[in-house]
Amino acid sequence: MPNIQLDAHIPPGPMAEKWRKHRFSVKLVNPANKRRFDIIVVGTGLAGGAAAATLGELGYHVKAFCFHDSPRRAHSIAAQGGINAAKNYQNDGDSVYRLFYDTVKGGDYRSREANVYRLAEVSTQIIDQAVAQGVPFAREYGGLLDNRSFGGAQVSRTFYARGQTGQQLLLGAYQSLERQIQAGQVEMFPFQEMLDVVLVDGHARGIITRNLLTGALESHAADAVVLATGGYGNVFYLSTNAKGSNATAAWRAHKRGAFFANPCFTQIHPTCIPVSGDYQSKLTLMSESLRNDGRIWVPRSADDKRAPGDIPEADRYYYLEERYPSFGNLVPRDVASRNAKAVCDEGLGVGPGGLGVYLDFADAINRLGRDRISQRYGNLFEIYEKITGEDPYSVPMRIYPAVHYTMGGLWVDYNLMTTIDGLYAIGEANFSDHGANRLGASALMQGLADGYFVLPATIGNYLAERMGDKVDTSHAAFAETTEEVRERIDKLLSIRGSRSVDSFHRELGKLVWDYCGMERSEEGLKTALEKIPALREEFWNDVRVLGSSDDVNQSLEKAGRVADFFELAELMCVDALTRDESAGGHFRVEHQTPEGEARRDDENFTFVSAWEHNGEPSQATLHKEPLEFEEVKLTQRSYK
Amino acid sequence: MSELNLTLHVWRQSGPETKGDFVTYRDEARELSTHMSFLEMLDVVNERLIEKNEEPIAFAHDCREGICGSCGVMVEGEAHGPNEGTAVCQLHMRSFKDGDEVHIEPWRAAAFPVIKDLIVDRRAFDRIVAAGGYISINAGSARDANEIPVPKTVAEASFDSAACIACGACVAACPNGAAHLFTSAKLNHLNVLPQGQPEKHRRTVAMVEQMEQEGFGACSNHRECEAVCPKRISISNIARMNRDYQAAKLWAQDS
Repeated sequence: MPNIQLDAHIPPGPMAEKWRKHRFSVKLVNPANKRRFDIIVVGTGLAGGAAAATLGELGYHVKAFCFHDSPRRAHSIAAQGGINAAKNYQNDGDSVYRLFYDTVKGGDYRSREANVYRLAEVSTQIIDQAVAQGVPFAREYGGLLDNRSFGGAQVSRTFYARGQTGQQLLLGAYQSLERQIQAGQVEMFPFQEMLDVVLVDGHARGIITRNLLTGALESHAADAVVLATGGYGNVFYLSTNAKGSNATAAWRAHKRGAFFANPCFTQIHPTCIPVSGDYQSKLTLMSESLRNDGRIWVPRSADDKRAPGDIPEADRYYYLEERYPSFGNLVPRDVASRNAKAVCDEGLGVGPGGLGVYLDFADAINRLGRDRISQRYGNLFEIYEKITGEDPYSVPMRIYPAVHYTMGGLWVDYNLMTTIDGLYAIGEANFSDHGANRLGASALMQGLADGYFVLPATIGNYLAERMGDKVDTSHAAFAETTEEVRERIDKLLSIRGSRSVDSFHRELGKLVWDYCGMERSEEGLKTALEKIPALREEFWNDVRVLGSSDDVNQSLEKAGRVADFFELAELMCVDALTRDESAGGHFRVEHQTPEGEARRDDENFTFVSAWEHNGEPSQATLHKEPLEFEEVKLTQRSYK
Repeated sequence: MSELNLTLHVWRQSGPETKGDFVTYRDEARELSTHMSFLEMLDVVNERLIEKNEEPIAFAHDCREGICGSCGVMVEGEAHGPNEGTAVCQLHMRSFKDGDEVHIEPWRAAAFPVIKDLIVDRRAFDRIVAAGGYISINAGSARDANEIPVPKTVAEASFDSAACIACGACVAACPNGAAHLFTSAKLNHLNVLPQGQPEKHRRTVAMVEQMEQEGFGACSNHRECEAVCPKRISISNIARMNRDYQAAKLWAQDS
């Protein structure tokens, strides 16, 4: 295959003008013609739900798919803390430019400036849209919107709805989606899992799904396909993702020709409830917003086994406040996570296995009173108590980092189109806006920016040239792709080996966590690249999937997803090995400053790694999209 | 950490058209940790079933943080089990005693047919929302967010109703299989807000009538729904819905 030149299609002109001018220059589909176009949207979280609703409002015919019983169950619903927007309602010096700057810096200079600027620009419209939909954001007594601060920022720009911001924003998008379903603009397909994308003459023209109730493989045709299928954090088995979150749609698209960008950029969230046993099925996040009022500490001495309340101030090590006086407990996530690991590695960790640090609210409760704290974080405290059986009002929480978000994803250009014509990726499923580390409260912002404002504006540019070029499911490509999907399912069911899907998934997750988690090294990654393919081979020879393919079969669903995680895990390690620098969440132990911070190599690695599939993950071809910084000067990040 | 040995009686039903029955599991439910969540306990049982070449128990679940609303089973006759304000994914085994017998069943309601084992079909909820559970605003046409002041108390009241996760426990617990708590929570989330006023009457009538068409029962004030709700949605929502419905019907006569 010839070396493909990656063109991000970044519009010319000054940064602040790019999006406005681009919207004017993209081709439009006239209102009467929009209804002649079918658009498939896979996934109904913030990005997919918003996109499906908005495309419906514009007059397109939309087919929306989710594997849940209802579009409202997507994992966006679990986002707790908030959503950033450059409203500057607090008059504290915020602006579009500052949000842009913070996001590029927070991403450790590995994101695309033009995309990030646009994200900051449309952030304000998201809040307007959400409030108009009836999202019950927190308010001041005067009736205006309240804000809080999040990591990596020195302004208060985060809008929130108690600790359930994701839920409320998703319900807003879901309501708009249901309105379009009622209006006949969107056809909803719940209980459907996308198992492949169908290409005709190099263009995405449909998908193959499995009906999870009947097991039937279904063909769906369209003029464009949008993947809003989330991230791949569950490759680690234990993560804060929902159990069903998976990478299959994105990975299938990758195998059909969509490049996968920066797979090694994964985010470890610093504030999660620690693991309690080997039956653990997932990890629960405690919102970053807790770091506004909670103070993080460990005992100064490894031998100090006193109860936290009995340890006097002098014997407590508030390591973030001491090491980073200006940002303190609000340093970005990658920095907070690595520091937690470092103090635990020094033997200062607390709780079972020494894998935990305290997040203490005693000072905040003394200062503000129990009621104020309960208003701000009541539901989070309740979740914590339910899981651990401990009361965080009287005993400090114990927290430890856990996999939370994946910055990597399908490569997309400025229009959010992948390297397959007519195939788009939005939300966490794409790679573009967060670089090597995402700032808190920016995932909701990006998902909704893509769904409500960016994709609906850019997709017309592609469709306008496709008038009259219809393909239906009788095209041979649908039958051929269906056959390939069927063979894979039959193979999984025919192995009847000795080990359950979960046992393989756990083992894979442990490998990825150990070798491609919070710290990576050349030696470790090379080890992983021997162990993962070997385990994958064992999986395909020894997995036990019971039941049949013609009804509800949850083991079969999991098996297909885990099979794809095996391949993706390998590509992550290849990418991490190739990126011989540290950047944001990608911490190569060989590359750190004397203070232990990530040290980038801007001369050699200021690019996006976009991987092209070639049969085996380890054989993938690297394409580089150089990153050019016009506005933000590259510096060593400092939060001191 | 102490260990539990339980006797589980789990509803097994291979499909919507087949007859189901309780199957008893003892060996599979031995040596459980009290720190496990209830769903992790089912995971362990399922792993042991797979080991014995038996099909695992199908149950709906996803976030396991009590927010997605996917999970929900009857535990000893109680929706989501014994703990107040707790979805079954957040129920932990420390709430059980060694030697307990535990019956696990799917939601039982005419409008929620069983799909398999413990999974039921709750798509009727989406159709109730589609009937009117939204504010009609197209993306891009909203004015500045702070141009719509909302008193803090109103925003809080709206949130209290909007916290519903549509798990269906209210329906399962109701002797009549009524969906009044779900429907009224969705209505009040929007009906109390200034943004929700223009469509209030139309929304109320459309959603109430859709609820009735879906085959949910009538409300006779048993208050079981409120008692089992994992998000503690108040039945005062139902009172307000009934009042709004009467007002909306009068409005419909006038207009």
